[in-house]
Parts: sequence; C-alpha cells; structure tokens
Amino acid sequence: MMDVAARPAEAEPDLSAIAADAAGEHGVGRPAVYVYEAPVRICHWVNAFSIIVLMVTGYLIGTPLPSVEGEASANFVMGYIRFAHFAAGQVLAVFFLARILWAFVGNHHSRQIFYLPVHRKHFWKEVLHEIRWYAFLEHEPKMYVGHNPLARTAMFTGFTLFVAFMIVTGFALYSEGADIDSWQHKLFGWVFAIWPNSQDVHTWHHLGMWALVAFVMVHIYAAVREDIMSRQSIISSMISGERHSATEKLE
Amino acid sequence: MGAATETFYSVIRRQGITRRSFHKFCSLTATSLGLGPLAASRIANALETKPRVPVIWMHGLECTCCSESFIRSAHPLVKDAVLSMISLDYDDTIMAAAGHQAEAILEETRAKHKGQYILAVEGNPPLNEGGMFCIDGGKPFVEKLKMMAEDAMAIIAWGACASWGCVQAAKPNPTQATPIDKVIANKPIIKVPGCPPIAEVMTGVVTFIITFGKLPELDRQGRPKMFYSQRIHDKCYRRPHFDAGQFVEEWDDEAARKGYCLYKMGCKGPTTYNACSTVRWNGGVSFPIQSGHGCIGCSEDGFWDKGSFYDRLTNIKQFGIEKNADQIGMVAAGAVGAAVAAHAAVTAVKRLAGKREDAHHTS
Ligand code: HEM
Ligand code: HEM
Ligand code: SF4
Ligand code: SF4
Repeated sequence: MMDVAARPAEAEPDLSAIAADAAGEHGVGRPAVYVYEAPVRICHWVNAFSIIVLMVTGYLIGTPLPSVEGEASANFVMGYIRFAHFAAGQVLAVFFLARILWAFVGNHHSRQIFYLPVHRKHFWKEVLHEIRWYAFLEHEPKMYVGHNPLARTAMFTGFTLFVAFMIVTGFALYSEGADIDSWQHKLFGWVFAIWPNSQDVHTWHHLGMWALVAFVMVHIYAAVREDIMSRQSIISSMISGERHSATEKLE
Repeated sequence: MGAATETFYSVIRRQGITRRSFHKFCSLTATSLGLGPLAASRIANALETKPRVPVIWMHGLECTCCSESFIRSAHPLVKDAVLSMISLDYDDTIMAAAGHQAEAILEETRAKHKGQYILAVEGNPPLNEGGMFCIDGGKPFVEKLKMMAEDAMAIIAWGACASWGCVQAAKPNPTQATPIDKVIANKPIIKVPGCPPIAEVMTGVVTFIITFGKLPELDRQGRPKMFYSQRIHDKCYRRPHFDAGQFVEEWDDEAARKGYCLYKMGCKGPTTYNACSTVRWNGGVSFPIQSGHGCIGCSEDGFWDKGSFYDRLTNIKQFGIEKNADQIGMVAAGAVGAAVAAHAAVTAVKRLAGKREDAHHTS
C-alpha cells in the first residue's frame, strides 16, 4: 500500500494543473467525481449491446450459416438475422443521435469524444505522454477525471467516426431494399454518388466492422487495464457514473 | 430523304406492318414502361402524328453486344421498325451506306436536325495517344463523338461500355477508355447499362423518348428509373430461399438441383440494378439466375474489376496483396488481439518487477 500513496503525491499538483488546462477539467481534489451522467451511461450500454448484435449478425449476413432443410416457406433464418441487424442498426442510430444531442446539454465530459482540441499544444504533449506511458516509457500515469487525451483521440476516431460511418453506409444499404423513394434513400442515397457500385459500399461497411472489432478489443482492454494500473475506477464509473481514485482517498 | 416530316407510323406501314401489330406494340411498350392503361393510346397517337425523331447510332470501343441484343428484341416490330427507323439515319454497323456516303449522313443530320436528334452511343472513346486507339472514318472516335454530341438533343449511353467503361477500361486501362459522361458534360445523358442491356429495355427507352420527346425519369446515376430502380435480388424468384437461409454451396450439390439461392456462389444480384429478374432475356424465356448461374453484376460500375465472379466479397488490392474484407479484417483483428495480449503480458511483468523493487526500497 505504501507505494500507492507515495508515488502520486509528487505528481499530483502539476497533474491537476495540466488536466485543468487540457480541456477545462476541474481539479481532482474530490474523492468521487460524477463523470458520466445517466444518459451517457444508458447510451453507452445500449450502443455497446447494439454494436455486438450488429457485428454478429453482420458477419452472418456476409458469411451465412449452412443451409437449412425443408421448404423455403417454413424457414426464415436469413430473414431473422437481417431483421435483427436492421433493428439493432436503427437502435444504434437513435441512441447515437441521442448521445450527440446529450453532448450539447450534458456536462463537459459528455462532449469529449465528439471533438479534439487539436489546436492546443498541451493536448498533443499529453497525447505523447500517454503514448509513452502505454509504451512503458513513462513511470507515472497522469490522472484525468474524464478521458486521458490519447484515449480521447482513440475514442473520437475509433468510435465516433467509425460508428457514424457504419450508420451512414448501413442506412445507404438499407435504402436499396427500402426503395428509391424512401426517406433512407433521400437522406443517405448520396453514398452511392461516392461509390456508384453498391458492392463497394458493402465492402466498406464490411471492413468497418473489422475496424470496430479491433477497437472494441482495445477499448475493453484499455478500460480494464486503466482500472487496475491508474487506480481509478473506469469500469464501475461507466455503470454508476462516479469516478473514484485510490490516491485521492488516501489524502 | 424527306424523313423529317415522316412519322414512325407511316414508316412501319410502308414496311407492311399491320395496324393491329402496331397497337400490340404500343400496349406492350406501355406495359414494359410501367405506364397506365391510357398510355398505349398516347404512344400510338404520338407515333402516328409526331414527326419521327432521328437517331444517330455510333460505335466506339465495344463488342457490338448491345446491337446484337437490340436486334433480338422479342417483338418483331422492334427489329423491323424501330431499328430500320434508326438505321435510316446512321448506324455504321448495319446500315447499307458506307464510306463517304455514310459520313455525309452525319453532317446532313447535324445540319438539318440541329438540337433534335438523339445520339445513341455504343462503346466508348479511348483517350490515350490523342484517341488513336479507335479510329473511325479516318478520325479518332472521340472527335466524332464530340462533334455529333454538340448538336444532339440528348445522348443515350448504351451498355456498360458507354456508361461505365467496361472491360476495355479494366485496370490498368492502357487505352484510357472513358465512359462518355466523362467526355461530354453539357448534354443530358441517359445511361442504359448492362453487358449488353436487355433488348426490351433498350427499345423501351427509345420508344419513350421518341414518343414523349423527352428523357424518362432518371435515377441518381443517370439510369432510367423504370428499368433500373430495383436490384435483381429484389425481384429474384429465388429470393424465398435467400430469406429462408437455403444456399447452393457447390455447383453440383443437391441445393443447386433444388434451385436454392446463389448468394454463396458469388451472386451479385443484391448489388445489381437491372430488370433481368422481371423482364428476363430472349423474349422472357429465362435469365442467368434461372439458368443456375449467379448474376455477375454486368450493369454495375466496375463489375469487371472487382475480383472473381464467384466470390461475394470484393477483392481489395489497395493493401498490396489481393484479399477480401474478411481476410484483411481477421488479420488486423488478430494482430490487434496479439498486441493487446502482449501489452497485457508486459504490463503484468512490469508490475510485478516494480512491486519487487518497491519492496526493496522500503525495507
Ligand atoms: C468493460 C466494458 C466497458 C467499459 C468499462 C467501457 C467504458 C467506456 C467509457 C468510459 C466510455 C467513454 C464514454 C464517454 O466519454 O462518453 C466508453 C465509450 C464507448 N464505448 Fe465503452 N466500455 C465498455 C465496453 C464497451 C463495448 C463492449 C462496446 C461496444 C461493443 C463499447 C462501445 C463504446 C462506444 C461506442 C463508446 C463511445 C460512445 C459513447 O460514449 O457511448 N464499450 N466506454
Ligand atoms: C457497428 C455497426 C455495424 C456493423 C458492425 C455492421 C456490420 C455489417 C456487415 C459485416 C454486413 C455484411 C456486409 C456484406 O458482406 O455484404 C452488413 C450488412 C448490412 N448492414 Fe450493417 N453493420 C452495422 C451497422 C448498420 C446500420 C446502422 C445499418 C442500418 C440500418 C446497417 C444495415 C445493413 C444492411 C442494410 C446490410 C446489407 C444486408 C444485406 O445485404 O442483406 N448496418 N452490416
Ligand atoms: S440468387 Fe442472387 S439475386 Fe437471387 S435471391 Fe439469391 S442472391 Fe439474390
Ligand atoms: S443477371 Fe446480372 S449479370 Fe446477368 S445480365 Fe442481368 S445484370 Fe447482367
């Protein structure tokens, strides 16, 4: 236990200053901070669940199961898989939108994953620090109430952009079955101006799945690891919303 | 020629076609265009009274499969009347005139029917080496195309060649074969893709234009909505097997005999816009899927460059080696997984080592 208390003691003062500077974070003086508000958490878990469903069903659309026996009229395997995919897709779209709307009304942590303060020098310095920390070159992790800047960058590209891409291409594909006059086609038909052959849209949508698979693996690993290594609650804070820090409790 | 004042009807009557067949043709066309019951008489009326629209049919880099398809149109009237009406003006492959005499027709049409004729283009112009890969009448085809396009009312791009480039534009496209909408920008262009397009689709489009004097409604990519707004997959008679999850897995398996869905054999029906599954081919006799082979997506942009016709997933060449989305994805996800595992291992080792060190210090 000794080492736990000893280390961050010196890191603490300059840390909160930098953290405060980075994105207008408030200090980390309180033992528990309310980081993720209920809508953020609800959206997160609904989206996480939808994405898992979308990955499994999406893969099965690309590589269908072995044929079923019997009359065609008695089976609807592909139909159900596609239905689950489209249903989960609509849910994801709605909750992704809701999450964006919440970024306007929620606390400033809720805005973090939707933009990057790329014009700030400090931001890049801290990204570098985090890269060094994950590359085992830095001894001390810095603490942030919200995301550390590297995580934030990863979240922004890995989730915000990729999920948006999947929703856009997904609805474009959906519009093909829905009809040329459907609202889906009116809203997302422009995708076919970029890729006139829908086969390409399928390919990109399919590749997007694998990009998300990779990100989800890193995302979960980073959350678990950070929970252990930086002695901050990451996992439970996505459930309760509060972030605790072992070091702060000791003060 | 005196063709300008002639009507379509007078031309076909002169060729011995009965009034009865004429009306049959009108109703058939109205139906295939998806128009209401009154349309047949409107078409008949227009064809009887309006001066016929001159059509110039030109050939660039192509294989003539569009013409071959066109002359096999189910209804005899099409072959005899529509085609002869077109060839009256110009179609270098099938018209009687040749040489200077033929070329003179182009000039004459351009002068006499300025802004009124339809330019139907089969094939496309190669642009490399100043267009020298396709010489037509002593000139690069691209020059002839631009010249005739200038005074045309509208342009029909026949087939995958004129619409998208087709096999002569396959990578690396040595002649730089270019679809015509990339060469001509200031005229309405209607794309009728397919390799070749279905005969009834071609005659339907021509009839619509000469009847109503305007282009049919086009989709985002310039294709007539009435024939290209749905995918093969949307109207495929094997679709119930797709929804049920019943697929052909090998060309000679039991499922193939039972006529299951060809999705796993690389059928491109789900990504191909064409009328094959409704209009069918050879007068409605059959179409590829009905004959047991998947759709190869012949009416889609780039269909010739997307890897095997028998793989559903496109080959991706941007990554150096040819792989499909799943192969790339699994390698990438595997690499990330391995990296995560390695990172976790190093973390654990470091942590243990760090603990031991700290224990050393405090003691
Ligand atoms: C151990 C489990 C997980 C934990 C602790 C966790 C934690 C978090 C945290 C703290 C955020 C940041 C939220 C924000 O800044 O707004 C986040 C975002 C996100 N996570 Fe997770 N996550 C977990 C599992 C998953 C899974 C399995 C998926 C998807 C399959 C997922 C998808 C997302 C997405 C899409 C975002 C960004 C959008 C949003 O905030 O909802 N997460 N996660
Ligand atoms: C994280 C999100 C998503 C993932 C991982 C995902 C994954 C996939 C995959 C792997 C395919 C198969 C592509 C192929 O090989 O042809 C697919 C197809 C499809 N997806 Fe998604 N998708 C996602 C989101 C969406 C959304 C939001 C929609 C919109 C409703 C959607 C609609 C579709 C449609 C319409 C198809 C084509 C189905 C068919 O051809 O029968 N997807 N998806
Ligand atoms: S055979 Fe092709 S077009 Fe027909 S249902 Fe199967 S995938 Fe679709
Ligand atoms: S079924 Fe497909 S490949 Fe065959 S002619 Fe029709 S569009 Fe072309």
